[in-house]
Amino acid sequence: MEYRVLIAGFGGQGVLSTGELLAVAAMMEDKHVSWMPAYGPEMRGGAANCGVVIADTEIASPVVSEPGALLAMNGPSLDRFGPLVETGGLLIVNSSLTDPPPPNGVTVVGVPAQSLALELGKVQVAANIMLGVLVGYTGMVDLEAVEAALEKVFYKQKKLLPLNQSALRLGFETGLREAGRE
Amino acid sequence: MPGNFGRPQALTSNPFHYCPGCSHGIVHRLVAEVIDELGIGGRTVGVASVGCSVFSYNYFNVDMVQASHGRAPAVATGLKRSPAAPVVFTYQGDGDLAAIGTGETIHAAARGENITVIFINNANFGMTGGQMAPTTLPGQVTTTTPEGRNTAESGYPLRVCEMLSTVEGVAFLTRVTVHKPAMVLKARAAVKKAFQVQLAGGGFSLVEVLATCPTNWGQTPVDALRWLEENMIPAYPLGEFRSWEAS
Amino acid sequence: MKQLMKGNEAIGEGAVRAGCRCFFGYPITPQSELPHYLARRLPEAGGVFLQAESELAAINMVYGAAAAGGRVMTSSSGPGISLMQEGISYLAGAELPAVIVNVGRGGPGLGNIAPAQSDYFQAVRGGGHGDYHVPVLAPASVPEIITLMQDAFDLADQYRNPVMVLADGVLGQIMEPVDLGECTFAEAPPKPWATTGNEGRSRNIVNSLYIVPQELETHCLKLSAKYESIAEDHTRWESYETRDADLVVVAYGTSARIAKAAVNAARRRGIRAGLIRPVSLWPFPAGALQGAARHASAFLVVEMSLGQMVEDVRMALSGVRPVHFYGRTGGMLPEAGEILRHLTLLHEGVVSHAGKLWPAASADQ
Repeated sequence: MEYRVLIAGFGGQGVLSTGELLAVAAMMEDKHVSWMPAYGPEMRGGAANCGVVIADTEIASPVVSEPGALLAMNGPSLDRFGPLVETGGLLIVNSSLTDPPPPNGVTVVGVPAQSLALELGKVQVAANIMLGVLVGYTGMVDLEAVEAALEKVFYKQKKLLPLNQSALRLGFETGLREAGRE
Repeated sequence: MPGNFGRPQALTSNPFHYCPGCSHGIVHRLVAEVIDELGIGGRTVGVASVGCSVFSYNYFNVDMVQASHGRAPAVATGLKRSPAAPVVFTYQGDGDLAAIGTGETIHAAARGENITVIFINNANFGMTGGQMAPTTLPGQVTTTTPEGRNTAESGYPLRVCEMLSTVEGVAFLTRVTVHKPAMVLKARAAVKKAFQVQLAGGGFSLVEVLATCPTNWGQTPVDALRWLEENMIPAYPLGEFRSWEAS
Repeated sequence: MKQLMKGNEAIGEGAVRAGCRCFFGYPITPQSELPHYLARRLPEAGGVFLQAESELAAINMVYGAAAAGGRVMTSSSGPGISLMQEGISYLAGAELPAVIVNVGRGGPGLGNIAPAQSDYFQAVRGGGHGDYHVPVLAPASVPEIITLMQDAFDLADQYRNPVMVLADGVLGQIMEPVDLGECTFAEAPPKPWATTGNEGRSRNIVNSLYIVPQELETHCLKLSAKYESIAEDHTRWESYETRDADLVVVAYGTSARIAKAAVNAARRRGIRAGLIRPVSLWPFPAGALQGAARHASAFLVVEMSLGQMVEDVRMALSGVRPVHFYGRTGGMLPEAGEILRHLTLLHEGVVSHAGKLWPAASADQ
């Protein structure tokens, strides 16, 4: 099994660290994993994205050019990367910021991540909600692994841990529901 | 030691290749005498530069490293920052230190790198055939300024001590000459002070020595001494630009 | 215990674990995380991190610290590596061990900061002036970076020669799990030639000047014997699915990762494809290619450049098999799908003449 995930949005939305969460979770499950960011001027121009590959066997290419799953955190990311999602793939859209497109050979899940994050108390946890949806929908890693990863990746922000956990679980339950696996 | 005319231990028995009347021989000896006097020959590494003094590794009887053109202060930095952390001096001419290596010189000084720089200013590139150096005086004839250095075209001399005197990291900075016996003794004291600064961990020390180059100046050794006194000293005033006292 | 580590940080950690205690460098993208990492890590380990005023100064600080017997490194990217070439030539001439890391970016000129492999010629052909070689190691994953850094320092010390580690922006930026617990590394050998002060011994001189031509020739012949010995004992490559391969892809670093995905896809389509990944770019694994030529009908070189290693592949094969090329340059990455398409065309015999180039933007793309 191999999952190729692309997470894309604005800088400051936690795109890179959310990808890292997923990668660390997969590593803790002893899976093969790679994490690859877009870097350089793109970072400064406001856009951010990273590709995460999770596999049972050695990962050949860490480059995610045709994602099996895309977390689109905003409109420009959806426009740029949405068309690259492979047929049969999964597209999770932050519907607070952009309208989900019609499903065109891919599964589309719209999640008002921004609004949900604000309800939880902090807009920054929107990406965690999106990640929760991905994990709940696909089961590519266990929720417990992502929760454990939270402590590793956000070790400098211990105070925010409960909030991050709530966001993750909220997303996870949404993902389960959308997949009909509740 | 004044009065002792034997060869310092810190010089090898290799005969100098320098031209008759060139100041390098005197300055080599002063550095070697100071190394002997301070008893640091066994823990000193010298850095030879590119120019007439490129072969100084044949003469200083200590561990020697030959550096690429202008980079002696960077090489000295690497030596000094290595786990071995020896006493380190560079021996550089004006082309090496003040033309191609200006950046390395200024930044080693700015870092307060705890090294000693012996800087030979003879107002031209000696090794390559007497071309204009950054230190060449206005009107001075060289092989690349055959009508004399025209400041409108070739700019003005770079005064290294004056320039470095604005740099905070510098601990000791002085300009001396070796064109008269009394001056040689003063120069020796300056070289000793520079090494003492390093031994005390004081930081960057530099001794600029005004030097003769009879061959490329087209003069006899005696005329060259006179030319240095009459032309170089007014352009490059002697004295300490940054004094240092052991605390 | 496993941890997720960025390639640039792995270069730093690998170096520290290899006993490197001196780093001199000048900022440049895309290797910045490496100096950031070492600025904390080296002082912790009792070492020295120094930001130089230029790459010229940095490589000469490396020269000085190497002369004093330290395990020392610098890192940069294309433009900075160009500036260091003089110093690398001096290191080779004076026989000083040091490790130089190039996290490659797009060129020529200022180019850009996206990943590229267009510094291949500069790395393997010498780069600086004079008759010398620098062994070049090219990792393709973060765990491999850790082990190759150790190998680079060992090789440098064993042969008293600078060694280059050639990565690219992707390898610098990706994170992969590494198990640092498994790394147990040997001490550096004694260096009786080092200039540390001559207390109790005759003096040492570190020098690359041999003014008498006969003496320089003798010196260069000695270097040549050293290079032959390195070529004999330290030529390295990875063979993947080559046992029965009819089509062999040759690629290194990030290109090799992408090519491997294409080889897997080709195999699923019933095309007998394989991959040879040079790990040492100099010495080049010519023998591995010649071995593969016994059953392969054609070779496809994939690079993030206009085609530089392709020349070494052609030299290795001396015309006995056609050598094709597909590359992207300027910071673009080769596409696994494109490699697969070229393999499919070759498999179907669509391209039969040797040496045809398939540059980035094929006309039919």
